[in-house]
Amino acid sequence: MHSFEYLKPTSLDEAISLIESHGETAKFIAGGTDVITKIKEKKMSPHYLISLRHLPDLAGIQRDSEGILHLGALTTHRMLERSALIQKHYPALFDAVQNIGSVQVRNVATIGGNICNAVPSADGVIPLLTLGAHLTLVGPKGKRSLPLKSFFLGPGQTLMDHGEILTEFFIPPLLPQTSGAYIKHTRREAMELPILGVGMGLSLADDLKTCLKVRIGLGVAAPTPIRALQAEEYLTGKEVNTETLTEVGRLAAKETRMRDSIRGQAWYRREMVGVLINRLGMISLERITGTKK
Amino acid sequence: MQKIVFQLNGHSVEALVEPHWTLLEFLRDHLELTGTKEGCGGGECGACTVLVDKKAVNSCLFPVLETEGCEIITIEGLMTPEGGLHPLQQAFINHGAVQCGFCSPGMLLSAKALLDENPHPTEEEIRLALAGNFCRCTGYTQIIEAVQSLGAYEVKEVSVMPRGEE
Repeated sequence: MHSFEYLKPTSLDEAISLIESHGETAKFIAGGTDVITKIKEKKMSPHYLISLRHLPDLAGIQRDSEGILHLGALTTHRMLERSALIQKHYPALFDAVQNIGSVQVRNVATIGGNICNAVPSADGVIPLLTLGAHLTLVGPKGKRSLPLKSFFLGPGQTLMDHGEILTEFFIPPLLPQTSGAYIKHTRREAMELPILGVGMGLSLADDLKTCLKVRIGLGVAAPTPIRALQAEEYLTGKEVNTETLTEVGRLAAKETRMRDSIRGQAWYRREMVGVLINRLGMISLERITGTKK
Repeated sequence: MQKIVFQLNGHSVEALVEPHWTLLEFLRDHLELTGTKEGCGGGECGACTVLVDKKAVNSCLFPVLETEGCEIITIEGLMTPEGGLHPLQQAFINHGAVQCGFCSPGMLLSAKALLDENPHPTEEEIRLALAGNFCRCTGYTQIIEAVQSLGAYEVKEVSVMPRGEE
């Protein structure tokens, strides 16, 4: 493999000053499952890898007193998978992370790395979109926060500047009567990239039938992960049933910008948007009301 | 070259390494512990699985400098203090779970990581734990049965032995 220096800063300031001094010859590395793979495939050849693993307080799952969920960017997918809080209250995120790669990958790969890698299929991204996540970046020019839905520019491209580090995600407090789900449509049961990924975050009114708020995320449906904003607007204020969900699916499919891909042709994936949205709606209803639909 | 110090199969190791080595190439090419295999080199087949601080990882993607201060177990560390087979290895033999044997070191370590955390896994839990270990020979059934057979009773904690010591 191409040779590089491997640096292990122990503070954010040290990490930022290292990347500033080495400039474009340096790259940050977290778990390494994407970065090392890319180096081996000769898609990148940094002279310096700056490890983020030893920066304090960047891994963790914590809900504060206001109900805001803080996810450290260095939190591994395995930590998320094993978290009772995530399983119970953020099931769309659980649905997604428990099927990323394998146990070996999830033990090492981080949620921050998944987002920064920014592939249109990113399983970690879609449920975070359905939760209205924001992220915090820290860099040479200081600290800034952005909504996740605005973060992606194209395949593998984000709004991050070269010297910036993604430090955490924060998810606004959940409304009552809220749940969601994520379906990764795959050929195999595991170790697979999705043909299509669809996620939903649904909040019901007190009548447990009317949609108060909904967010729908789609992966492998456009050059970046997207939200289906028109479909969301349609459902808001309406009863959630098979009829309305079918229309949601139809509208969401229209918002996609699919092309034929190695794992499935565009026409098929557009059809599957509708099928999966129907299922997601039913699962979300079931999870909120606790009764089988 | 840089110095690292870590625990390997119960034994403290100090070594000089190049920063761009993966844990896999360090184990195989420099420590000559060739039990860990390279299947794909890209974190997809699990043949290179080792345990780092009790967690199964793909050593082909693990930067060697991140092993500093860690406890690493490779397949060579699975034997009993008397030099005999680990109950998992015996179970694999008993159930016909080894054909060419290339996937076996990785399979055994993934299974060990599972059983250490969950001593009585369901079949589903075993399948999920081993999903990152590919086998081209057996069709997996015998492997799953071997792991299940160990879930049926308490597995005694065995201490690991470094290579070449009694």
